[in-house]
Amino acid sequence: MSYEIVFDVKRGDFDKAGEASRKIKHTLQQLGVTNKIVRKIAIAGYEGEMNLAIHSLGGKILLEVGESKLTLTIEDVGPGIPDIDLAMTQGWSTAGDEVRQMGFGAGMGLPNMVRNADEFDITSQVDVGTKIVMSFLL
Amino acid sequence: MKVSELLLNSEFVCANPEAGVEGEIISGYVGDLLSWVMANAENSCAWITIQTHVNVIAVASLLEMACVIIPEGAELEDGTLERATTENIPIITTNLNAYEVCKVLGNAGI
Repeated sequence: MSYEIVFDVKRGDFDKAGEASRKIKHTLQQLGVTNKIVRKIAIAGYEGEMNLAIHSLGGKILLEVGESKLTLTIEDVGPGIPDIDLAMTQGWSTAGDEVRQMGFGAGMGLPNMVRNADEFDITSQVDVGTKIVMSFLL
Repeated sequence: MKVSELLLNSEFVCANPEAGVEGEIISGYVGDLLSWVMANAENSCAWITIQTHVNVIAVASLLEMACVIIPEGAELEDGTLERATTENIPIITTNLNAYEVCKVLGNAGI
């Protein structure tokens, strides 16, 4: 069985940010995915969703459910990441003060995604956008 | 320890009892950096945080926390309580500080 679902995330919409991750989690629970894997995807998905709200001009999250793995694709239109290695460094963030005061911008988003996904791939083009593909083995 | 048992201590008040207070608290976590909490807090924990905006509820819900404890009488931002109730996350307020809350949880065997 395969299954796809797409969520839109708008820039700066912190009130709704978290909705896509919540729906993804709910969907996976209904499909009978184990709690351990649901937790990993919920964490990685939430980090991706918050990155879209904080850093991009908006983007989409695609969940694909396959026979042996789940794939989350997070793609945005935005400033892109000039130095991906630097962005992947835990503790490094370009988030502004206002966002940091809300408890975001700890520089842990991308490292949290890498830690929870079984496969992680990121590509980015400055002034175009960023695409992250994460797979979770079932 | 159930959330309802914590509420027997008069220092703690549940701001939205309709969210349900029979969840079991199996651990505690203190933190205000949401990604750090996402990475490290356990499911069914009592999360002590001074953050009071709606995304706290998103984190608590995704991790299926037992409750969120807001210390030192910090005021909830608009919308947070409603979201918490929708997501069945009890919000507990107290005038104790985070350390004092931890002592209460620790003394209760958590």
